[in-house]
Amino acid sequence: MQPVNRAPYVLREPAAAAPRDPAPSRMAYRMQRMWLTPIVRSVLRVGIPAFAISFAIGFYLSNEQTVDAISHNFIEFRRSIEERPEFMVHVMSIEGASTELAEDIREIVPLDFPISSFDLDLPGMVEIVGDLDAVARVDMIIRPGGVLEVSLTEREAAVVWQSRDALEALDGMGHRVGPLVVREDRPNLPFLLGDGADAHVPEAISLMSAATRSLPNVLGLVRIGERRWDLLLAGGLRIKLPETGAENALRWVLAQHQAQDLLSRDLAFVDMRNPAKPVLRLTETAKANLDQNRGLMRNGSN
Amino acid sequence: MSGLYQAQRAMRNMRQAAMQRGVIAVLDIGTWKVACLVLRFDGPDNFSDGDGVGTMAGQSRFRVIGAASTCSRGVRFGEIDVMVEAERAIRTALQSAQKMAQVRVDHVIACFSGASPRSYGLAGEIDVENGAVTEQDIARVLAACDMPDIGAGREVLHAQPVNFALDERSGLNDPRGQVGERLASDMHLVSVDQKAIQNLAHAVRRCDLELAGVASSAYASALSALVEDEQELGAACIDFGGGATGVSVFLRKHMIYADSVALGGDLITADLSAGLSVPTSFAERVKTIYGGLVATGMDDREMIEITSETGDWEHDRRTVSRSDVIGIIRPRVEEILEDVRTCLDSAGFEHLPSRQIVLTGGGSQLPGLDALASKILGSQVRIGRPLRVRGLPQAATGPDFASAVGLSLFAAHPQDEWWDFEVPVERSSKRSLNKVLRWVRENW
Repeated sequence: MQPVNRAPYVLREPAAAAPRDPAPSRMAYRMQRMWLTPIVRSVLRVGIPAFAISFAIGFYLSNEQTVDAISHNFIEFRRSIEERPEFMVHVMSIEGASTELAEDIREIVPLDFPISSFDLDLPGMVEIVGDLDAVARVDMIIRPGGVLEVSLTEREAAVVWQSRDALEALDGMGHRVGPLVVREDRPNLPFLLGDGADAHVPEAISLMSAATRSLPNVLGLVRIGERRWDLLLAGGLRIKLPETGAENALRWVLAQHQAQDLLSRDLAFVDMRNPAKPVLRLTETAKANLDQNRGLMRNGSN
Repeated sequence: MSGLYQAQRAMRNMRQAAMQRGVIAVLDIGTWKVACLVLRFDGPDNFSDGDGVGTMAGQSRFRVIGAASTCSRGVRFGEIDVMVEAERAIRTALQSAQKMAQVRVDHVIACFSGASPRSYGLAGEIDVENGAVTEQDIARVLAACDMPDIGAGREVLHAQPVNFALDERSGLNDPRGQVGERLASDMHLVSVDQKAIQNLAHAVRRCDLELAGVASSAYASALSALVEDEQELGAACIDFGGGATGVSVFLRKHMIYADSVALGGDLITADLSAGLSVPTSFAERVKTIYGGLVATGMDDREMIEITSETGDWEHDRRTVSRSDVIGIIRPRVEEILEDVRTCLDSAGFEHLPSRQIVLTGGGSQLPGLDALASKILGSQVRIGRPLRVRGLPQAATGPDFASAVGLSLFAAHPQDEWWDFEVPVERSSKRSLNKVLRWVRENW
């Protein structure tokens, strides 16, 4: 039989679990203390990751194929950047050179256009072109638009020199400009002869200019014994100049010529090797004539 | 005796080593809670005594970098009762303090309130050898103090020289270098149960820590709760703990008496639990929220809902008035204070120039305690909160942390104890060598 006055059911919550003990386990406690130890901390945070990374990289690179593939990829990548159209050079323009020289330059600088500007060795090419005899100065620059601009200054031929081997044009400083086939190619340039003449071109030029101003029949200068000059005139007259003070000696001779018409006489040479003691040599005919005249005079007087 | 001497010296050396490393933990093992503070010694250390801040008792030297407290387990009446549980409590507190400090601590200084401390006053007297007092004379006069019979199974916890007298002049703090003939010293010695201290050392060692010092918690809380003038002129510090109530009396900045009453706040909770027939946790809650000591008419009308989980509806839904709660609490507190009064009487507290009573510890937060204590103990009563030290979290500034803070002051600025002085020559093995030297000096 049911009890009449039943106590209402009291909803009881399940008995609360035992309160959690916040105490760390012995292991956790020790681990935390170890973690707070500076050396352990630094090893775990820096040492082991650094070792792992370096070991992984080393392991990865220990395979030769991988290294090859990496370097190949790198080179490919580099090439792909270098060969972008922005960096390509299509044309070489040469300024300030004659046609032959320009052709020479195109020959000695063999470039297969188009070429990447990274592959151009500008200093090397400047050196090569600068080594050409006809080139005094050269600049190279890559202009936007893929133009390799070569601007150069040619050497000016100042004299013609007949050396033992060849006929050559020299500039004012005696540097070789180029070969000549015949003297008549450059008829207006002074003509030099003899070994070692190329080393004294400035002196020769000043002598020649002094001589040609006064004399119409100058042939050229001959270097004698690699030490002094002979001025050669048409008609076979020579003016032997000293080693030093050649120009003064020449001026003295020219002054004599103006005053006394010296060089129009029948002379073989004027010897100025010792400027203090000029010597004239007559030609054979003049000598004979002189002797004859002297005999006549002596006979006449007799 | 010499074994203890060596153990205390070893602890002192360990404390020096810990200060060198800069980090030390203080551990207050109480019945209600275990508190741990981690101290870093990096403050301005180089204040000399001359520039007026030397008396700051070393507070400027350290900084609290970690603080934690946990509910104590396995501790009864201030002594370790269940080793494993106590060890877990220490581990919890220390781990969270370490976590806050982010530094590993290897050395701890611990204090406890139980182990029935007993105070002895020792006196010794010698003739000064060379006119002026030297370190050796002090060592000899301390050695000349007659050791009382502290009983078997007891250990010396503190042995502090509190007074030196040279001829007719007494009250000297430091007689070194002074001229006189008779040197006398008074020493205060506190002995505790050997087993309690050994258990404490064992529990600390099981936590992989080194014990770098032990102090009585009555002494430690007085260091932080008494201001300097009170320590100088005479005051008693009553540390209301969970399981034991510590009493220490200070005069002229030295502790001259220490005792402990094995009654505490836990007993009040137990009384409430029995009186209201509620679980202990609920009784604790009632005590902390509604507890009081002085009932007024208002308290008759303030009804407290008593809920419990027995399943008996009538039992689980009751109300009591706050006066009832006060009526349960008050007799127990009176009993504790009576016992404290007995201690103070036996210490001769009424002869002190100033009879200031400072109440501290967690139990001192009970409203009306100062009014009740002034009726039983004496007229000058105040509630003492611990000194403010650098870096202490707000949660740890209450009176329940007085002994932890005091212990950190103790770590920073320890009182000279017997074992800090030189070993007298007569006792050391250097004796024979010294004799030879003296003979040479006198005869050549």
